[in-house]
Amino acid sequence: MKARLRFSKLGKVRWTSHRDVARMWERALRRAGLPVARTGGFTPRPQMSFGLALPTGCESIAEYLDLGFEYPVRVDELPGVLSPLLPEGVDVLVAAELAGDMGSLQQEVTSCTWEIQVPGVCPSDLRAVLEGVLATAELPVRRERKGREVEDDLRPSLISLNSEESVEEGSLLVAETATNPRGVRPSELAKALGLSLGRACRTSQWIEHGAIRREPLALPVAVVMGEPVSGRAS
Amino acid sequence: MNGEHTDSLWTRIEPLLASVSKPARYIGGELGAQQPDHTPGKVAWLLVYPDTYEIGLPNQGLQIIYEILNERDDALAERAYAPWVDMESAMRAEAIPLFSLESHLAAVQFDVLAFNLATELIATNVLNLIDLAGVPLRSERRSELDPLVLAGGHSAFNPEPLAGFVDAFALGDGEEVVGEMNEVLARWKAAGRVSREGILRNLARIPGVYVPSLYQVSFSGGRLDAVKPRIPDAPARVIKRTIADLAEWPYPRRQLVPLTEVVHDRLNVEVFRGCSRGCRFCQAGMITRPVRERPADQVVRLVGDGLARSGYESVSLTSLSTADFSGIEDVVRTVLDDPNCAEEVSVNLPSLRVDAFTVGLATQVERGHRGGLTFAPEGGTWRMRRVLNKLIRDEDLYAAVEAAFSRGWRRVKLYFLVGLPTETDEDVLGIAELGKACVAIGRRYHPHVTVTVSVGGLVPKAHTPFQWFGQDSVEMLDHKVGLLREAVKPVRGLSLRWHDPRASVVEGLLSRGDRRVGDVIEHVWRAGGTFQEWTEHFDLGLWQDALDACGLSLHDVVHRHRAEDEALPWDHISAGLHRDFLWQDYEQAISEVELPDCRWTPCYDCGVCTGSGLEHVVASAMPPAGGSQGTGQDLPPSKVVSVAIRSVTLESSIG
Repeated sequence: MKARLRFSKLGKVRWTSHRDVARMWERALRRAGLPVARTGGFTPRPQMSFGLALPTGCESIAEYLDLGFEYPVRVDELPGVLSPLLPEGVDVLVAAELAGDMGSLQQEVTSCTWEIQVPGVCPSDLRAVLEGVLATAELPVRRERKGREVEDDLRPSLISLNSEESVEEGSLLVAETATNPRGVRPSELAKALGLSLGRACRTSQWIEHGAIRREPLALPVAVVMGEPVSGRAS
Repeated sequence: MNGEHTDSLWTRIEPLLASVSKPARYIGGELGAQQPDHTPGKVAWLLVYPDTYEIGLPNQGLQIIYEILNERDDALAERAYAPWVDMESAMRAEAIPLFSLESHLAAVQFDVLAFNLATELIATNVLNLIDLAGVPLRSERRSELDPLVLAGGHSAFNPEPLAGFVDAFALGDGEEVVGEMNEVLARWKAAGRVSREGILRNLARIPGVYVPSLYQVSFSGGRLDAVKPRIPDAPARVIKRTIADLAEWPYPRRQLVPLTEVVHDRLNVEVFRGCSRGCRFCQAGMITRPVRERPADQVVRLVGDGLARSGYESVSLTSLSTADFSGIEDVVRTVLDDPNCAEEVSVNLPSLRVDAFTVGLATQVERGHRGGLTFAPEGGTWRMRRVLNKLIRDEDLYAAVEAAFSRGWRRVKLYFLVGLPTETDEDVLGIAELGKACVAIGRRYHPHVTVTVSVGGLVPKAHTPFQWFGQDSVEMLDHKVGLLREAVKPVRGLSLRWHDPRASVVEGLLSRGDRRVGDVIEHVWRAGGTFQEWTEHFDLGLWQDALDACGLSLHDVVHRHRAEDEALPWDHISAGLHRDFLWQDYEQAISEVELPDCRWTPCYDCGVCTGSGLEHVVASAMPPAGGSQGTGQDLPPSKVVSVAIRSVTLESSIG
């Protein structure tokens, strides 16, 4: 049996790395005593697969984990069992059994929505910057890759950029970025746009098939109706 | 997050984290971390490990004290570690002081800063952290408003180099003394923290507590003359504290499980404290006597509870020589057979010795994947090992290595010391010969085996028989490493690693220096020399400049053989060992005379048990299978004496 979990990473724990998160999960699952299946081979590992890595320092309410179990478990009980065993700020928001023929998260996810705090810029000024970028064909960035500086174009990965009012000082940049040709980190997006970066939160990952766009697991209504993500304090 | 302390520095700290390496070092939030209430009735301790988070977090001594203090009604404890250089410069630029990880409070909000001194080279970090805390560097400059600076740990057994910077040292086991200190501190705090002199005098009355400012250091002819108390309250000799029964202290109960990767990232359960094997170079073995075993059933319970609580799948049974634990086979079998642990759990047995392990234990523990195996024969020839009192014959090592390779291991690491008393080039080359022979044994089982020979220069330590011995110079150590490099080069499968002789020399300076070395430490710190135990930051030049500036010589402190009647900087500190015993054992070392393990042979009166009214606490009157030194009960070399260690860590060889 397989299950997919959607979880958050909010507050201080956002400074841990993707690998750290994997280790937290391994320990939490062992503490829960859940019958997580193990991979074969010389060094068996629990059958867990994460979606896109979340950059260290970013928050999220849209992280995913697929788990294999040796025998069926009560999926609806997983959030309540696991959340208390995970560090503060990491909570299981929703869980569902996964059909056997589902592809991996890494392959299926086509884009992400980010909410990025932009301090020092009012929403209308931010809107002007964003419209300017969307009107151009290229958004070149320089970055270091394996010790060498390479030039890259972010523009093909930008699906939409919107400016909104923020509960904090400055404004809120809501960006949808594609995972292909490559994913975009909020930090490099802010840099390319000449903006300073406040907190960044991934609010959705999307799977697009033709005209249908859906989340790997939608949030239950209770979570959606809660306070706005971007306003959360650590 | 809720419950943030009103004085928390977090909102100022967090903006720095995006631009520093490994920001998770600074967030706290570990499983087992406590959120103590800061109330006026509680003495607030900030426990500081003066190295990075990932080195310091696993430290069991700090975690034990952390739990014991937080269980008290009149105390609370939080933790701090040395920020890495990028974070430190960001903090200094923003005027953010050293902070605690639990509440992110400034260090000066605590009554006490208590440093763990696990190694010598962290000395400059201690100064740096006192400064980063915003506390005057020198004890004499501190006022009633400043926190007290305390220290403990193995390096406190020669407290003199740091004596000018630390208000009080606690010597030996901390479990009991920390409570006694807290009672004195609680009264001081309740009375408004007035009179620094008064609190220091009161602390000095507690057995095991050394208050350096209450002692007069005199010199004559450029050498130390004596360290004598200035006042009657301060004892002429401060004797270390020893807990009689480890069973009464089942700590840590809630080992910290970090959110990010650290060294020794597994459950640790201490199976015994102390060691009576009597390896003459080993300070840890000398200063932690006598042997106190934890009852096997308590070990099993701590392992089971700890694994269930932490989610770790690996447990390390720690001690200075774990195979000597009376209940080792039963404990390992019980842990591995526990249905709750299933096949996932692996057991680590660090610090095993080449001459003490049973075939049965090896077979059990090797379950799962096989990493490298480490053995620590320490000396390259049998003669040298008699000098060290590390009584492993060549045949013992070969049998152990054969057992390892025949069971499928492909990598073996061997630890050795050079720069030993009476050592000749022939003894040094014996290291390469042993390595070659081990490769040849391995080839019988597999075409591609590797044997790594790891060599470090002896740093003679206080309270060991070698405390009088002149440490090899950098040139001598370079020569010996050079001999080995040549000898190892033509042998396929044999490789050599060595500890930087320059670092060994500074370790020597800090290990055996007197109070004047404090100025050297301060000089190096002011010149930017922090993180000296990190290869990329270590700089012998800084130390040489500082020595010159202070008019001290390495020769005098480090390289010179000392005379029997010479005053030693730590003569006023006692680990319970008779000075006469140590000198006699030193002479016996030079005469290559062996000394048996007194756990299973008659007492030779080193002074510890007789002086403290204690004795070894061991469950078995018989030495462990596999033999124990000098007891005449070693297995014949023809039998397979297998010593199997899984993914053994560096701590196994250090002594």
